[in-house]
Amino acid sequence: MNDMTRVERTVDSKAIKIAANNVQVYYGDTHAIKDVDVQIEDKTVTAFIGPSGCGKSTFLRCLNRMNDTIDICRVEGDILLDGEDIYDKRVDPVQLRAKVGMVFQKPNPFPKSIYDNVAYGPRIHGLAKSKSELDDIVEKSLRRAAIWDEVKDRLDAPGTGLSGGQQQRLCIARAVATEPEVLLMDEPCSALDPIATAQVEELIDELRSRYSVVIVTHSMQQAARVSQKTAFFHLGNLVEFGETGQIFTNPEDPRTESYITGRIG
Amino acid sequence: MALSWLLLILLALAVIGFFAGRSRALASAGGNVRDLHSLPSYYGYNVALTALVPAVGVLIVWLLAQPMIVNSTVSSLIPDQAVPEGSERGLIMSEVRRVAYGLDGAVASGAMTETQAQNGNADIEALTKTLKDAGQVLTQDITQPILVAAQKFRSMTSTGTVAMQVVVLALALLGAAFAYLRTHKEFRARNVVEQGVLALLLLAASIAILTTIGIVLSMLFETMNFFQLHSWKDFFFGSTWAPNFRGGSELSILPLLWGTLYISVIALLVAVPIGLFAAIYLSEYASGVTRSVAKPLLEILAGIPTIVYGLFALLTVGPALVSMFGDGGALGVGWMASSNAVLTAGLVMGIMLIPFVSSLSDDIINAVPQSMRDGSLGLGATHSETVRNVILPAALPGIVGAILLAASRAIGETMIVVMAAGAIAKFSGNPFEAMTTITTRIVSQLTGDTDFASPETLVAFALGLTLFIITLGLNIFALYIVRKYREQYE
Repeated sequence: MNDMTRVERTVDSKAIKIAANNVQVYYGDTHAIKDVDVQIEDKTVTAFIGPSGCGKSTFLRCLNRMNDTIDICRVEGDILLDGEDIYDKRVDPVQLRAKVGMVFQKPNPFPKSIYDNVAYGPRIHGLAKSKSELDDIVEKSLRRAAIWDEVKDRLDAPGTGLSGGQQQRLCIARAVATEPEVLLMDEPCSALDPIATAQVEELIDELRSRYSVVIVTHSMQQAARVSQKTAFFHLGNLVEFGETGQIFTNPEDPRTESYITGRIG
Repeated sequence: MALSWLLLILLALAVIGFFAGRSRALASAGGNVRDLHSLPSYYGYNVALTALVPAVGVLIVWLLAQPMIVNSTVSSLIPDQAVPEGSERGLIMSEVRRVAYGLDGAVASGAMTETQAQNGNADIEALTKTLKDAGQVLTQDITQPILVAAQKFRSMTSTGTVAMQVVVLALALLGAAFAYLRTHKEFRARNVVEQGVLALLLLAASIAILTTIGIVLSMLFETMNFFQLHSWKDFFFGSTWAPNFRGGSELSILPLLWGTLYISVIALLVAVPIGLFAAIYLSEYASGVTRSVAKPLLEILAGIPTIVYGLFALLTVGPALVSMFGDGGALGVGWMASSNAVLTAGLVMGIMLIPFVSSLSDDIINAVPQSMRDGSLGLGATHSETVRNVILPAALPGIVGAILLAASRAIGETMIVVMAAGAIAKFSGNPFEAMTTITTRIVSQLTGDTDFASPETLVAFALGLTLFIITLGLNIFALYIVRKYREQYE
């Protein structure tokens, strides 16, 4: 892994991909997210950190409306993707999720072949006109997820038979195959060992060249390693949001400092 | 001493043993419970169980074995010439038993003394009169051999019973004494009781399994009798089912098997789509409230006795089908002559199987992890695409298992087909015709005045065994499929 690229923090201003203004989320009577404002830039890795139950995963799931599948969940405020409100009535959440892909905490390959796992999204959205085009998409996605060399000889084998790290990279390939603009990752390495984690982190850094990546993580080292921007959540509030280097070396809020030095959490 | 008294004494012994063991354990620890290895009541249970279990076990075995031994001994006492022409030794034996019980009753009511009852040279006519006067039932005249046999029967039975009581009580006392003497604060009563409980559970499980084996064996013996009287080639490969109690029957299973399978296929064509779609709705789309109301309602269907489904077929579905497909019916096709038809039975059986399919499939669909749904929805799939492309393929092995289990129920179903399918055994593809199944033929061959030595009756056992093997095979296959693919998600 090239350490230079990981240490480097590009500060040149980029287009805002997602803008969240004054977002409130309620689970029934519980006020889970309070007044969150975040600007997520294009071609940037943004990390959400914070103690368990602070609402970072909930907020992440608002960005592609996965919370719609939970009956008691209610979202208020604006979340704009490229300037368009994703909670507008005219927006089809299904279409939105094709644009905002998601990788989950636990690797969840479908009980299908590796090929079918990756081809799932393109098939649903009709991205390939022919079999050979689909083959190309599958190969390209698997290459982008840095797993092609390991699986190219057994594309017909079940995806559930891979190791944990391979499964997670397969899930990333699956998400990448639908050509999303934003990739949401909900603790993608929490079920992986350190080697697989390193592979996925390297991959995230490469994905940055094409996508805007938002990653929720419990590991502050991971946030420091892979992200350019970091948001610290605490008890449903966005406490601090800024350059990763800034947050980890010179946080403005005392709560952020307490958390990253291990005093709260 | 009657059996109930014996049992009461055993129970009393166990209760006394419980308290005795408990207090002895406490005494050995000087009244300090914490010095005991186990809780005091464990010592009590140990004494009670050691007294009770072996004694009751021997009692049960004795009760089962004694009549068999007595019967075979007494039966061999009856000389061959005492068995009349055209009668059987079994019939004579039941007469012997009747006389023996008659003597018992007469002695008990005071009509004769014990010495009179045991007198082997008694005047038979006088004895018969005494017995009849005492209100005892005798169906035929007592003969000398019968009387001798009956007296032997009585003496053996009473000796056996006394011996049984002595042995059982001795065993109970020995057990109680043994466990009582072992009771000491160091004694690991808790572990011993645990082993005793394990043995009881094991016994219950093995009784269930042994019963199954017993059922199969009894069917097997009758089936072997059948195949001695009737050619197995005709049974398995013949083409006609024409039982004739005067002999010369053609008894082939194939037309019946055809009817069974035809009706089952129609039933599955009804039950599988409806049951599966209901399961998908309930597990994937229905809200919690709908689900909590609809699922029990659907399962009420499963609690309806099949005879009620038979009535429903006979009174509602059959006439409705005739009014549609019959002569002068709504469609004007005149295909259906009577309400007894394959279609009627198949439809109603299908309705019966809906809750079976839906409830099993519902469980299986619910077992598909939520992460699968999230993964698919997160890729921009709609809910129905998720169900079709991810959930159903993941649940498919289980659903196939559920369908096979439903099929084996359809094949074994009796009441609906008895009432709705008709009684004509034939090969036909027409669902509007009456046909018959293996189960209905078993019923009709065994009901009424039957002679258990004729192939026309014994064929029922061969049919039953074949049916049992078919459904057993289906069940094993279904369970194999369900188990094999169950752990696929992890």
